[in-house]
Amino acid sequence: MKAVRAAVALVALAIAPSLLAQGSTADEIAKYRAALQDGNPAELWEGRGEALWKQQRGPKNVSLERCDLGLGAGVVKGAYAQLPRYFADADRVMDLETRLVWCMVTLQGYTEADAKKNPFGNGNDRKSDLEALTAYVTSESRGVKMNVPMRHAKEAEAYRVGEKLFYFRGGTHDFACATCHSEEGKRIRLQDLPDLTTAQGAQKAYTTWPAYRVSQGELRTFEWRLYDCFRQQRFPELVFGSDAAIALTMFLARNANGAPFDAPAIKR
Amino acid sequence: MRPYARLGLLVVAAIVGGCATALDESETAAKTAAALKASFRPAGQAGLDRLEQDETQRACSLAAGKAPPKDVAAMIEQTNLATIRYPADGKLLGDWKNGERIAQEGRGKQFSDDPKGPVGANCYACHQLSKGELSFGTIGPSLYQYGKLRGNSVDVQRYTFGKIYNSEAFTACTNMPRFGHKGILSEQQIKDVAALLLDPASPVNQ
Repeated sequence: MKAVRAAVALVALAIAPSLLAQGSTADEIAKYRAALQDGNPAELWEGRGEALWKQQRGPKNVSLERCDLGLGAGVVKGAYAQLPRYFADADRVMDLETRLVWCMVTLQGYTEADAKKNPFGNGNDRKSDLEALTAYVTSESRGVKMNVPMRHAKEAEAYRVGEKLFYFRGGTHDFACATCHSEEGKRIRLQDLPDLTTAQGAQKAYTTWPAYRVSQGELRTFEWRLYDCFRQQRFPELVFGSDAAIALTMFLARNANGAPFDAPAIKR
Repeated sequence: MRPYARLGLLVVAAIVGGCATALDESETAAKTAAALKASFRPAGQAGLDRLEQDETQRACSLAAGKAPPKDVAAMIEQTNLATIRYPADGKLLGDWKNGERIAQEGRGKQFSDDPKGPVGANCYACHQLSKGELSFGTIGPSLYQYGKLRGNSVDVQRYTFGKIYNSEAFTACTNMPRFGHKGILSEQQIKDVAALLLDPASPVNQ
């Protein structure tokens, strides 16, 4: 029944743009989103991720259940709401995806290249384990207030660098993140743009990633969100788990502090 | 001294002028440069050279979303004004129908785009233009009836061509790309977009 409801809603979403006039479009899209929420396909990724988390895998044939996501070995509940953060064992600030790779390497014995080789899936052709694991771990923070720490000097540094990167203009089009995301109530074509320079805007945006993207039939993580923004900015390719990716995530996640985390969500 | 070199000095002066926070600022700037260098790889047509800022990009990044200091803004506008190459044949307007296609086209210069494929201006992403296109963005002002409101004099044509060619010549740290200066659009494409804005027959002016 859930699947049927989701299918009906998807058809409605496909018809919607031709029927709707300008003013009411955002409201109508919000309604469709609410309808979709009931049968969010992200649950499929969450389920697969939970199984992967518990499964004995890799050269060492162990599960990820001893992975320390910041709140102690094996604690998943609420962990994402306190990421990125500094990890002493790696001497580095890490976001969730980077930490998952770390655990796959240190606990399960994968090479780093193997662990990172498929960060973003491509529908059914090429499923990504990292996306599924990210969906599972983030789902365990649903309803938990964002509380990203800034106690360690490297956490503060990552935040400052992330802020600089947010305003960094480059490429053929002179675009920065700020070009599209520093004013309230703006849109590209009909797509509403969050103002990421305000607490309210950052909260609304950050707490709704990862998300199942209806237009792509894929669950997308926050690292993917950054990767694809830079593509549209006409920048070269953002490296998965890179310092810039983590710093920007730190800047936005920290700005979202205080709001309840509400993902995996569903977006157009 | 070349204008760009002067602008560089002004930017440096602005950083040092912050005195108390200057050390933090330069350390963060160095860490940011290192992070950029380590965090991107060339893909498709987008090489790492796209991360090398010119002085305008550097000054506007430093302004961090706010208006740059007046002297910096004046220098940005002056240096960018000097880059505009007006058509040798003196004709500033092309074909508005081509202009409409260019205004609709969002592809071009992304690492995922075919380097031999179309390169558009994607005007509608940020501006309202013709009344018929409901799917328009709002980052830039509405340009509906642009020509009807301003007339079609040579001065208006020159300003319009120049604004599309290099927007930073008129508004320092604008969000709008520099379509001619950065080699996004050809001279003919800029003429066509200018015609979309100014031709009395264009849907923009209905």
